[in-house]
Amino acid sequence: MPGIKLSEKTIGIIKQVCSDFRNEGSELINVLHQVQGKLGYLPAEVQEVIAKELNISVAKVYGVVTFYSFFTMIPMGEHPISICMGTACYVRGAEQVLSEFKRQLKVEVGQSTPDGKFSLNCLRCVGACGLAPVVLVGEKVFGRVSPQMVKNIIAEYKEVGASEAKSA
Amino acid sequence: MEMINLTIDHKPVVVRKGATVLEAASGIGIDIPTLCYMKLEDMNIENKPGGCRVCVVEVKGRRNLAPACCTEASEGMEISTHSIRVVNARRTVVELILSDHPADCLICAKSGNCDLQDMANHLGIRKIHYQGEHSMYREDTSPAIIREINKCIMCRRCETMCNDVQTIGVLSAVNRGFQAVVSPAFEMNLDHSVCTYCGQCVAVCPTGALTEVDETGAVIRALSDPTKTVIVQTAPAVRAALGEEFGMTAGTLVTGKMVAALRRLGFDYVFDTDFAADLTILEEGTELLNRLSAFMAGDQQVKLPILTSCCPAWVKFFEHHFPELKDIPSTARSPQQMFGSIAKTYFADKIKVKRENLVVVSIMPCLAKKYESSRPEFSVNGNPDVDYALTTRELAHLINLGNIDFKSLQNEDFDAPMGESTGAGVIFGTTGGVIEAAVRTAYEIFTGKQLPRLDFEELRGMEGLRKATIDFNGTPINIGIAHGLGNARKLLEEIQAGTSEFHAIEIMSCPGGCIGGGGQPYHHGDSEILKKRQRAIYSEDQNKSIRKSHENPYITKLYEEFLGAPLSEKSHHLLHTKYFDRS
Amino acid sequence: MKIIAEYNMHILVCGGAGCKASQSEMIKTNFKNKLNEYGLADEIQVIMTGCFGFCEKGPIVKILPDNTFYTQVTPEDVPEIVDEHIIKGRIVERLLYLNPETNERVSDSKEMDIFKKQIRIALHNCGIIDPENIEEYIGRDGYSALGTCLSEKTPEEAIRLIKDSGLRGRGGGGFPTGLKWELTRKSISDQKYVVCNADEGDPGAFMDRSILEGDPHSVLEAMAICGFCIGADKGLVYIRAEYPLAIERLKIAIGQAREYGLLGNDILGTGFNFDIEIRYGAGAFVCGEETALIHSMEGERGEPTVKPPFPAEKGYNGKPTNVNNVETFANIPAIINKGAEWFASIGTEKSKGTKVFALAGNINNVGLIEVPMGITLREIIYDIGGGIKDGRRFKAVQTGGPSGGCLTQSFLNTPIDYDNLVAAGSMMGSGGMIVLDDSNCMVAIAKFYLEFILEESCGKCTPCRIGNKRLYEILEKITDGKGELEDLNRLRLLSNVIKDTSLCGLGQTSPNPVLSTLDNFYDEYLAHVNSSSCPAGQCKALVNYTIDADKCTGCTLCFRNCPVGAISGEKRGVHSIVQSLCIKCGVCFEKCKFDAVLIA
Repeated sequence: MPGIKLSEKTIGIIKQVCSDFRNEGSELINVLHQVQGKLGYLPAEVQEVIAKELNISVAKVYGVVTFYSFFTMIPMGEHPISICMGTACYVRGAEQVLSEFKRQLKVEVGQSTPDGKFSLNCLRCVGACGLAPVVLVGEKVFGRVSPQMVKNIIAEYKEVGASEAKSA
Repeated sequence: MEMINLTIDHKPVVVRKGATVLEAASGIGIDIPTLCYMKLEDMNIENKPGGCRVCVVEVKGRRNLAPACCTEASEGMEISTHSIRVVNARRTVVELILSDHPADCLICAKSGNCDLQDMANHLGIRKIHYQGEHSMYREDTSPAIIREINKCIMCRRCETMCNDVQTIGVLSAVNRGFQAVVSPAFEMNLDHSVCTYCGQCVAVCPTGALTEVDETGAVIRALSDPTKTVIVQTAPAVRAALGEEFGMTAGTLVTGKMVAALRRLGFDYVFDTDFAADLTILEEGTELLNRLSAFMAGDQQVKLPILTSCCPAWVKFFEHHFPELKDIPSTARSPQQMFGSIAKTYFADKIKVKRENLVVVSIMPCLAKKYESSRPEFSVNGNPDVDYALTTRELAHLINLGNIDFKSLQNEDFDAPMGESTGAGVIFGTTGGVIEAAVRTAYEIFTGKQLPRLDFEELRGMEGLRKATIDFNGTPINIGIAHGLGNARKLLEEIQAGTSEFHAIEIMSCPGGCIGGGGQPYHHGDSEILKKRQRAIYSEDQNKSIRKSHENPYITKLYEEFLGAPLSEKSHHLLHTKYFDRS
Repeated sequence: MKIIAEYNMHILVCGGAGCKASQSEMIKTNFKNKLNEYGLADEIQVIMTGCFGFCEKGPIVKILPDNTFYTQVTPEDVPEIVDEHIIKGRIVERLLYLNPETNERVSDSKEMDIFKKQIRIALHNCGIIDPENIEEYIGRDGYSALGTCLSEKTPEEAIRLIKDSGLRGRGGGGFPTGLKWELTRKSISDQKYVVCNADEGDPGAFMDRSILEGDPHSVLEAMAICGFCIGADKGLVYIRAEYPLAIERLKIAIGQAREYGLLGNDILGTGFNFDIEIRYGAGAFVCGEETALIHSMEGERGEPTVKPPFPAEKGYNGKPTNVNNVETFANIPAIINKGAEWFASIGTEKSKGTKVFALAGNINNVGLIEVPMGITLREIIYDIGGGIKDGRRFKAVQTGGPSGGCLTQSFLNTPIDYDNLVAAGSMMGSGGMIVLDDSNCMVAIAKFYLEFILEESCGKCTPCRIGNKRLYEILEKITDGKGELEDLNRLRLLSNVIKDTSLCGLGQTSPNPVLSTLDNFYDEYLAHVNSSSCPAGQCKALVNYTIDADKCTGCTLCFRNCPVGAISGEKRGVHSIVQSLCIKCGVCFEKCKFDAVLIA
């Protein structure tokens, strides 16, 4: 296993979450939600701790993590980009928007850019069909996105990062 | 019992409430093909995810076809098992499986023994109408098991064995949709996992997705090397199953034919692991008696119950899962390793062959034996005590390669000195056998009296967990028996909790013991086969003139000439081992 | 807590997902600040409500009591609304909805076409109450249905009422709700569960989310009633983790209901105990299937198991479990309050009441609508939906999401109910209604849904795991222009087997989009296969963009917008497209003001 070593603090966080759920195996999904919420992703080493705490096999934990699209084993980019691939967005051209993001960022869906700035994902209907096609960058929603807007959306975050870095 | 009336293919059937359509149909001789379904009667082992959809049948009034394996029969049901709609669906489903399956039957280890191949043939599939992308996974080779997961059809049998029966939890379904497959966590290699190599996944895999590491090639090379003396040992359970590979009825004992075949193949000496089993009894039995005596003398430090240690999968199991109990099992090596150790010292000296020129091959019903022989503590300067551990299946393959007409072979006898064994050594091959063999010896040594009877029916059977109390001339000795690691876990948890009532416990990893080992001829889900093998083992015991290990004259001689006494320093060095914390 | 009636005036700001995405939060803040400035904060209440339903024109702001309905409000518009409308009583005309036909401004939402034909039962509080204030729910008869059941009815009587109302499950299949409750009631067990399925997974539906965001108590109340009826004291809401607002409001609602003694022990002093917990879905469409949902709640992979046993006999933790979806539950309090007859008087013979649809796609009025069963597609699309966007031609409506099918022109006058939709080769599903026009390729639509299924199939059974993959590959071959006539036959044969043999509802319905488009748009498939052309111009591999030299004015608009620099040409000179660079995104076609870009 290409290992990362978890800090004592991280292990403490995971253990705390598990004990909040009485270390019950049936609470696995709740535990995974909480831990991903706190750590951002669920690498193998984290899953191993969870398996141990809940007294279930690590294969089972991995089986569950890989079943649900919400769980991720790779860290998200600083600015996670999600393209809504709900039907309403699709019929209004979400596919073209997605391929433009892929082209501009040079990543596939589920990957992050090498600098860790952006990650690209698809999600299902977010309920903003009136604004289709919809793109989320972090919490922010961009509506009626066209392929031409993609460049500017990315630029906006590149600059944000740069100016933040400057001011810091 | 509440009964249900239904009709299957226009024939009326009466079944007990709760029976499935599949069971109802088979009751009147209608064979509905199944693929993922597996049920080992009497052993509480069942796999019916309803996933393959090969057993679908038409149920009048239902919109969709229903899987016979997990549809309960209900009153008034009208079933068609082979209508055109069903046949078309069944063929299409199998075509779909084949469309995502490597078509390398010509070189697949499972060819001829593959449920999927049989099914395709049975359904007369000659063309796959739906071609497309294949799922691609990397091959994983461990000391005992090869995973070619491209061949996985998601029947989930291995998952059932690994999780529900053995409670190891190495395998799980991972990913979803077309990418779904059964795999260890993080798709890691098996040898990085807590796999015990019990091989039960291999034993039930319907395709070539899980197979053993094949060492027949290495054995052929050794046999053809004139500088090597190649000797072979055969485990007790092999003789009760090998015949199946040659079309003989399950339960046919083929000891003599097996010996003859091994000689034809060119082994210089054909020996018996049963000999080492007798040796094990003396070592392990003495250990038990020592601990018992100490316990009775009031020694609080003594560890009881003593646990058997013949089964390498079981050893690896407690090293991973119960390392804190690693002082409890007997330190005696398994018969395979005792044999190897004695062969490469005592016997090598006897025939004046250097250790490095003596090749020890073992024929085992087991996959974990491959792993066991590779453990570093069982080698001297890099030379292993046992060079190659072949399975029963691999031996059958070798015999076929040698074009030996197995069925017509005349019986032959093992060679001396390591071919002589007692009935006690033979019954090592079944659940309950090791402890029965130990009782036969321990009783007589402990009490100084002759046993009034040799058959301990109370220790025999197929129940996953059994217990019995044997009266050692006024001292009740409580014995526990578990086969299947899930059952073993229960006994270990009792020990951990301090509630165990036993003095001695026998544990075998595989359901049925070694007769049901991962290296045996495939039982294809028929538990009757295991029972027949068990009966064969007990009948071999019955027919032996000597049935107690301590009465084996060659063992007595071995102690006199070489080892001294059980648990002597030499015995400790050559016949005992230690365990590791692998948690 | 103060309730609506205690304020003089109310400003309702839509908190639906679409409006929130368009800064409705900021609008609310601006209102509050402005009112504070004027010292009006105590007299005028600003409420963030659930979805109003007119998402196309969001963000929506509604002023009560005069019912003024402002559309497409920006945070910058707030001072003007306060100064003009609130202070001076003058409606801000420019923010009113403009009726596209009459070109008149409409101020009262009741007068708008999108609302005229709606009957709101499940959504009746959405966009009206503050979902974070239980008093407002109670103020509109909230929890009175629970009170009635607990004090005046036996469980059997309440179940009878639900059965008589004719309510059917709104999650997809349309199983009679009362019957389901009765079956679970009849299962004997020491412990039973009520589960609310809020794992809305249809990629074009958001009604469950809207109900939970706009009126969470209606669902809680219904779950408690269900618990009373079937004999359960525990409820679980299985909700998509991607719905943070709905989760937040649900949590608030559960907390308030407990505080008010409407959940917990000895509810309303009747000795009835019932409490509700939240469980999170984690992104698996198949978990909409009851058995998969239950496995997921148990911490397992969300793989379905063969039914029977049904959850009513053996569900969560092996105990009898009643699973209904959000919209189904949201109908329950109204049925108890107004009676089975009232409910049954709405709708068609076998489909009673209303259905909420998420009307989206290429239609003018995208939004969330609730209409009586039996309404025609024509009424929905043209009267409520305001017709097809950009004056294009109606092609089809897709209902039932990935499990459904397409309804064409010829079904425009068919009354919509469960059975008619199935007869027409589609299904009700959870209520996604996607309008397609002549720019949508039906083969591509079928492929879109299959792709979704591929991602969401659990992989347990062969037909769904491999069969759908093969279906998708055939469709891909066709949209790539490599299809053969025989492929169309294979599509149909394979689809039929997948339907016939799959383990769960997901697989059993997954080929519907393929079969339905094959049935209704066979010519379009033929065009792809026989002449390698995509009539809708959507399948990239089959189209080439070229510039008509006669029409090109050299305005450079296409040149400037092409994302890959595939267009060359001088200003005021004729432009041309370098085919080897063109990624066929269609931007040039959209941008050109002179129709000079051609699709061939």
